[in-house]
Amino acid sequence: MTFDLDTRLAGPLADPAGEAGHTDAPPRMGFFTDTSVCIGCKACEVACKEWNAVPAASTGEQSTGPGDLSGMSYDNTVGLGGSTWRHVAFVEQTGPPPVDLGMPSVPQGADEGDREMRWLMASDVCKHCTHAACLDVCPTGSLFRTEFGTVVVQEDICNGCGYCVPACPYGVIDIRPEDGRAWKCTLCYDRLGAGQEPACAKACPTDSIQYGPLDELRATAATRLADLHDRGMEKAQLYGHDANDGVGGDGAFFLLLDRPEVYGLPPDPIVTTRDLPEMWKHAALTAAGVVVAVAAAFIGGRR
Amino acid sequence: MSRREKLAVPPATVEPAPDFDSYYGRPILKQPTWKVPDVPLYLFSGGLAGASAVLAELAAATGRPALSRVARFGAAGGALAGTGLLIHDLGRPTRFLHMLRVIKPTSPLSIGTWILSPFSALSLAAAASTLTGIAPVLGRVAGVGAAALGGPMTTYTAVLLTNTAIPAWHDAHREMPIVFAGSALAAAGGLAMVGSPTGENTPAVRLGILGAAVELTAAAVLRRRLGFIGEHYHTGRAGAWMRGARALSAAGILGGLLGHRVRGMSAAAGAALLAGSVATRFGVFEAGRASAADPRDVIVPQRARLAARADNSTPLASTPPSSTPPASTPPASPPLAAAPPAS
Repeated sequence: MTFDLDTRLAGPLADPAGEAGHTDAPPRMGFFTDTSVCIGCKACEVACKEWNAVPAASTGEQSTGPGDLSGMSYDNTVGLGGSTWRHVAFVEQTGPPPVDLGMPSVPQGADEGDREMRWLMASDVCKHCTHAACLDVCPTGSLFRTEFGTVVVQEDICNGCGYCVPACPYGVIDIRPEDGRAWKCTLCYDRLGAGQEPACAKACPTDSIQYGPLDELRATAATRLADLHDRGMEKAQLYGHDANDGVGGDGAFFLLLDRPEVYGLPPDPIVTTRDLPEMWKHAALTAAGVVVAVAAAFIGGRR
Repeated sequence: MSRREKLAVPPATVEPAPDFDSYYGRPILKQPTWKVPDVPLYLFSGGLAGASAVLAELAAATGRPALSRVARFGAAGGALAGTGLLIHDLGRPTRFLHMLRVIKPTSPLSIGTWILSPFSALSLAAAASTLTGIAPVLGRVAGVGAAALGGPMTTYTAVLLTNTAIPAWHDAHREMPIVFAGSALAAAGGLAMVGSPTGENTPAVRLGILGAAVELTAAAVLRRRLGFIGEHYHTGRAGAWMRGARALSAAGILGGLLGHRVRGMSAAAGAALLAGSVATRFGVFEAGRASAADPRDVIVPQRARLAARADNSTPLASTPPSSTPPASTPPASPPLAAAPPAS
């Protein structure tokens, strides 16, 4: 097998499963989450918890404890974490101030309360990156690339070193405090093996969460985006679909109706290991410098 | 809203409008789950151990037995403490050995474990030999082996921190190994100043002063080059640690320069250098935690990167190379009008 450092760490990669050593791998599978039809029902969150037997998020893991209200619209799970593998974001957006047409009214003029309001709802999930930082930095080999091209933690290997947590550019994977190990979405690896779709996609009543071969999902998404643009939704955009982005494209990508950061997603993430060869070079040179510096301290006759 | 209507849910906190969009001001990145003080002390111990191992063997080779002795104990003690702290920090400490089931160049923690493990064994053997007087030749061989791993011991932890998504760490990947190497040299020099007689301490004093000077300079360069992200090294807990580090290191440098011939002064200066090195590690660690908690660090530079890329991809649309001055051109159509593709 050829070893190309450039595509190994960043950039487009046609076959992540093959690169990871799988032979005769099935096509790369993933999620396309079309947030334009999300109704915020949280069936995905529930289905994920049920199927994967994920416990309630503990106090401290996120800003709210069980039963607490976050004050963030209808979002009381707050974000992805060790015990939250699907998270529905709720954004309340107000439109521009109403135009005062000068019509006689009481009170005079347009009122602030007349602003239009819209909901943005989006079910977030692990992105199953082509170049997954969590997988790259895992020192035990607990995180691995499946034959479906997804990224999964092996819970019998993970020793809870926590390196994957700050490595993830999306802030997805986390340690479950009461357990000590790292957890995240497995894209229902157990269901995939049996030819089933992941629990969240199965439960989604509007097909906002779609599961399938990534190539097909990308084609579907492009058609849907063109449709929305035709209807005048100019801010609609795909997120994570581009193999030329900083993580080599995501296995789980999205159609968003506003900029990614509005939903709590990084606008242009880059896998940290892209810069690792340079980091090792600097570290090695500096390490040599340390030896030289110590030797230099001994030069000269004085004791 | 009238007074009788009570909010069932407290309203989201309203803060001064930031210059970027975010999701309720929530951080994008996760907080590192690495514990304080475990991990900052692990960074310090590893550095102290690595530089001490090199110092010990050169001291032994140049006939400075007292200096060699204290440095060997520093190397072994640092390695032992570092390993202990690393294991204690694991979510599942009993699974420490899972680290040794693979060797992964993409994981600085994997490479670090493979540096730390043999280093610990070799430096402990060398120190045990020094302490007991048993098998001095083997002890010497073990010491040389530890010294060979000493350099990498001082810098791999810098790669460990910078190979993360946290901007205050990642963006500092050029300077961090130098900061850590300087900090390690200052610590090893400092410990040797505390533990060696004035007759043999010249290399230790030189090393401590050099290390502290490198540590201070590289940290200053780091802060300046990172722009607004570098602010995390100035403010809050990290700022306090870094200010403490500067004061302690400066005091150590001064004490070393003026008092290296006086046993008490030399030892005090060495202690200041050690403390300065510890403070630097805590400061760097806390700056990363603050950066991870700040969505601005992630969103603003990434948004700027996207804007720059958009500018580069359509240079002709905005600035035609040889056309009339902008004042006489008709108003350009808004950029969004070009976005929808033809169906």
